[in-house]
Amino acid sequence: MDLKLSKEYEDFRQEVRDFCEKSKDQMPGPREIGASDPKRQAWQKLLIEHGYTARTIPKEYGGYGAEPDVLKSRIISEAFTETKTLGGLSNQGISMFVPTLLELGTEEQKKRWIKPTLEGTHVWCQGYSEPNSGSDLASLQTKAHVEDGMFVINGQKIWTSGAHESDMMFCLVRTEPDAPKHKGISYLFFETDNPGIDRRLLPNMTGAASFNEVFFTDAKVPMDQIVGERGDGWNVCNATLKHERGMLGDPNAAGTRLKTIIDMMHEETLDGQRLIDNPVYRDRLVQLQAEATAMQYHGLRLLTASIKKENPGLSRLIVKLQGCELNHQIASFAVDLLGELGVLYGQTPLVRNNGTWQFSYMYDLGLIIGGGTAQIQKNIISEHGLGMPREPKVGQPKPAIPA
Amino acid sequence: MEFCLSEEQKLLQDSVGGYLASVSTVEKIRETATGDEAMSKEIFDGLTELGVNSVLIPEEHGGMGMSLLDAALIQEMIGRHAAPVPYLANAGMAVVGLNEAGTAEQKEVLFPKIATGEARIGIAMSERTGAREDAKVTLEGGTLNGRSLFALDTGSATDFIVCDNEGGLHLVKADAAGLEITAMGTIDNTRSVGELKFSGTPAQPLSSENEKGLAASKMLAAGRVLAAADTLGAAQMMIEKAVAYSLERKQFNRIIGSYQAVKHMCAEMAAGLDPCHSLLWYAAYAADAIPEEAELASMHAKSHISEIGTMCARKSTEVHGGIGFTEVLGLHFWFKRIGFNRQLLGGPTSIRAEAAKLQFG
Repeated sequence: MDLKLSKEYEDFRQEVRDFCEKSKDQMPGPREIGASDPKRQAWQKLLIEHGYTARTIPKEYGGYGAEPDVLKSRIISEAFTETKTLGGLSNQGISMFVPTLLELGTEEQKKRWIKPTLEGTHVWCQGYSEPNSGSDLASLQTKAHVEDGMFVINGQKIWTSGAHESDMMFCLVRTEPDAPKHKGISYLFFETDNPGIDRRLLPNMTGAASFNEVFFTDAKVPMDQIVGERGDGWNVCNATLKHERGMLGDPNAAGTRLKTIIDMMHEETLDGQRLIDNPVYRDRLVQLQAEATAMQYHGLRLLTASIKKENPGLSRLIVKLQGCELNHQIASFAVDLLGELGVLYGQTPLVRNNGTWQFSYMYDLGLIIGGGTAQIQKNIISEHGLGMPREPKVGQPKPAIPA
Repeated sequence: MEFCLSEEQKLLQDSVGGYLASVSTVEKIRETATGDEAMSKEIFDGLTELGVNSVLIPEEHGGMGMSLLDAALIQEMIGRHAAPVPYLANAGMAVVGLNEAGTAEQKEVLFPKIATGEARIGIAMSERTGAREDAKVTLEGGTLNGRSLFALDTGSATDFIVCDNEGGLHLVKADAAGLEITAMGTIDNTRSVGELKFSGTPAQPLSSENEKGLAASKMLAAGRVLAAADTLGAAQMMIEKAVAYSLERKQFNRIIGSYQAVKHMCAEMAAGLDPCHSLLWYAAYAADAIPEEAELASMHAKSHISEIGTMCARKSTEVHGGIGFTEVLGLHFWFKRIGFNRQLLGGPTSIRAEAAKLQFG
């Protein structure tokens, strides 16, 4: 047990902090953060050159080429957060498609797609979920048949984050209709301005729109725009899951949010009394602090396991469920602290912090549902963490009652 | 940066846990809980032989000079097996108090006796976490007067460390003149608590350092970390018992562990309790390595792990159904142990009020 960083890592932290301070003038402003903005792309190149993004992607494909080191990745992300420095581009091309290509793409595909994706020339979205295939993703029904040497796609995707801002999409479609559910899927990729593709924004309850419905009507895709073999798409999309690539969330995020709330409790008053002096609000605050502390150190425990290349088992499986729930509760607490002020939203008199807390309260509920619902997480925890059996499928013959 | 248990610590936990698994059986717990003895002498002697009483005693006094984290890992195993033995007060809080404020002579006399189990120190400081019934102990002319409720290990103690109303600490012999010990019956018969009445009772002060109550605060923080560890171990066991039972018990031709309603209760327990290990490690580690964070960390650990432990105690009982509500399986020993720990040295709500005061005034 030792919470101190060794000299090598302390030096590295200092190096990253120095870079952040020195490079501020080259950082894109709030209106220059789109992936296609030249200033944003120059910033991205600078970050790659220093190894502060695309760190472990091999040099030959446009990355920095460092050995994976989760602690260094964590230090980079912390230093960028604390100095309020804009980090590397993030989209599903960088987080999902590039690792998939590295794992299973052909040499030609890696050479052709990885570098422009890292540099922001291509922005990707992920076509997985469908209206009738959410938690049970492998039941997806969007189909592709072969006609004149092309895949021809028909069907519909939903919850496609960022599709309206993406020029490329990687997508799971059923190409082998007669094969069993998991064996009939292929992993295709294509341009989103393909004439057979219609992207429609789907506004969510926060009033913002970040995901889309995507409709396919005879959308044609060349036969070589596939990763892996036909029918092997389920394995392809799962291949990246076994690699972490430093993708742990920021374990201090909840603590940072609570600090903002504590500041607010010192400023806001109710009947002239500061909220920080109200015993009931204090109780709820400390309850959340304790939970955030537990999750913060839980994050360090997982980080240590990752450094030591140990499998943390159940400890990893609980993170999505507990982390999203905690964030939602923190937002809920902040809204309650503000009371009627907490329902103000949009450009309106007296609104606090642009209605951020109300936004978070709704958005975080979306995160509890998205990426595997809380209920699916509980299935995963009980089955893979506690060794409990899957619920038997309905419609199977009833076992005979033993005599 | 390394936030995990060392190989030695895992070994320590395995050896204490392994021993307790073999001796602290449900039958043994039941025998002690329903019998006249305040503790299982067999288990206490066995643990003493393993050296657990001396982990916090400094090496120059013949102890192991280990950290509060090591003591917490032992306590976690004691809670896991609901072992009816004193540990938290005697090997934990008392040793911390003596280390902080004891005179050279007091340490020289008591440490070897604690190590061998000859002395067992009870602790009377419940009033420091909030007095009930207006109980208080005052120091007048070198003797103690008044009373202290919920003193720990009154049934097995040979000596007590008593905290007076100003945070001063005093050593009192269990058979001192003017000391009356009355057992208090609690839900949890695996540990003993009682009322101490003092009338002109002779007491030996721990050194003057403790006048500001610093030593008492450190003892309290250590006690809270250890109580949290006990609950953590007990709750972990209750989850395992619930899962195991759900894989045996059948209803409607299926094991109940295949129903999502049951699986989700088990997942909620596990998801809540797993980060508690990290919280406990941090709080115990802070006591030795990050003193400026230690007090708040002990409060977070005690209050949060009590809340999660209580949730597990309830849900595990529900997974067991009617038989969990009876005394047949012995599950209630763990349920009650967690319930007792929850209130011990400050319940969650009152500890959170303290934590708020510590941070925000």
